[in-house]
Amino acid sequence: MAERGFSVRSLPGFGTTAIVTFLALYAPIVTLVVYSFNAGPTISSWEGVSLRWYADAWQNRAVQDAAIRSLVLATLASAIATSVATLAALGTTRTGRFRGRTLIYTLINQPLMVPEIVTAVALLIFFAMIKVATGYQGLGYLVLAHAAFCVPFAYLPIRARLEGMDLTLETAAADLYASPYATFRHVTLPLLAPGIGAGAMLAFVISLDDVVITEFVKSAGQETLPTYMLGQMRRAISPEVNAISTALLVLTILLLTAFFLLNRKRG
Amino acid sequence: MRAAPPEVAAERARIRANWLLSTPALVLLAIAASGPLLIVVLYSVLEAGEYSGVVWRLSGEGWFQVFLERDIFDDTVGLADAHLSIFWRSVRLSLLTTLITLVLGFPTAWFIATRSPSQRPLWLFLITIPFWTNLLIRTFAIMEVIRNEGILNLSLMGLGLIDRPIQILYTDTAVLIGMAYVYLPLMVLPLYAAMERFDFRLVEAGYDLYATRLRVLRRVILPLVRPGIVAGSILVFVPSLGAYVTPRVLGGGKNLMIGNLIDLQFGQGRNWPLGAALSMTLLVIVAIALVFYVRAVTRGEDRG
Repeated sequence: MAERGFSVRSLPGFGTTAIVTFLALYAPIVTLVVYSFNAGPTISSWEGVSLRWYADAWQNRAVQDAAIRSLVLATLASAIATSVATLAALGTTRTGRFRGRTLIYTLINQPLMVPEIVTAVALLIFFAMIKVATGYQGLGYLVLAHAAFCVPFAYLPIRARLEGMDLTLETAAADLYASPYATFRHVTLPLLAPGIGAGAMLAFVISLDDVVITEFVKSAGQETLPTYMLGQMRRAISPEVNAISTALLVLTILLLTAFFLLNRKRG
Repeated sequence: MRAAPPEVAAERARIRANWLLSTPALVLLAIAASGPLLIVVLYSVLEAGEYSGVVWRLSGEGWFQVFLERDIFDDTVGLADAHLSIFWRSVRLSLLTTLITLVLGFPTAWFIATRSPSQRPLWLFLITIPFWTNLLIRTFAIMEVIRNEGILNLSLMGLGLIDRPIQILYTDTAVLIGMAYVYLPLMVLPLYAAMERFDFRLVEAGYDLYATRLRVLRRVILPLVRPGIVAGSILVFVPSLGAYVTPRVLGGGKNLMIGNLIDLQFGQGRNWPLGAALSMTLLVIVAIALVFYVRAVTRGEDRG
């Protein structure tokens, strides 16, 4: 093909469009990151490199609170989502069709199909009722809401891992008189671990990123980093938001890289 | 065909175990996802409370107000123009977003799929990073680019192409650019998945039979990657239609989409039944899009 000077794989203009698209995808993000190091207070003029905005964000009490709340929330929500998703994956994979399996799939994937704003409104109404009835205003509502929409993200990698797993090791363990629990604990679970790790990481990132549902469910004073940033955007933009964004971006990339490394081990 | 009783018992026990294992997830989702949706249905047929919330009396007012409005002076009923124009804007912007992401995403996915197998994961990773980056951060990044003192206007003025900044921010165009930007990876990923399995010998065969490039694209490539196009379009269209953050930040509170209209009813509007009815309307439109998708996919399978 190459000898003919004509590749069946190339189509006119496709390469250029692709490169332009990649540039367009990254230019805004790179600009944002670069300007988070700007010494000046605006994006219009570059006044030298400085960590001023990072220091400001780091010392801002509201940012500290929101950051801690985001991390606590993401940890709790991803732990809950991953636990229930692991059990559900064990119950719906490697077993023949059974009545209701499609129903379970649909329910688990429901958060992916219903627009976030609709779920947000539904939770607002439902939790408002519970708030009135019980008087409880704590973080529990956000934990429940986040755990629920994280379930499909935790479930999918775990299920994918289970489907690709070799059954012979478990059969061998059973043949050697291992109890079902021992088989699960010493054979299935270690083999499944990368899938569980990947699921937990996706759930963590998804929870950390959420704006819409958090914005509707949170009680007064329960800002997370994204809702804090959304609130800031309504006013004049401060480069502090650039700094927070960059920090979140770095965290996301680190988690994603870990996710890809975990997934690669599978092969 | 009758199975032996012990086998039947074992089968039953297995199914019971499957349900038991799935129960915690189902309970969680029932409490914080599916269950509350039913309450929204209920709220949409109740009467609005004076300040917020509802009065527990059945009323069709919520649904009535979605499409119609009464004149405040003579009570004549007319179409709710404000709502309909927001619906129309949402559908139009979502369709345009889908089109733009398809036009840019198709060549991009093709580009990735035609790299050598060792290079592909890297290019794919470059698409995945923006995909997992906080939507708010990406919206914010695009805002920095298009605002009056942003990079775009500054470079255009620097080049002498324009004298004054073009007002893009807080217009429909801004919302469109923003949505195309944030949802582009959702188009590229399924397209790539479809193209990755593509058999390039078919293209070769097409050329051998003297087909032009355009003909090969139309007659060979497009039909074979059709499932990817359908999946990508639905993945972009559905979240665009329900978008809330992007139109709120880039539309500046004037260029509302359905998501913002719903928000308004629970905030300033204090009309929860109308908000609930609007939410259900959005859900129905999304459901129609999903049914359309499922039918398109199954039809594709029947053919292939």
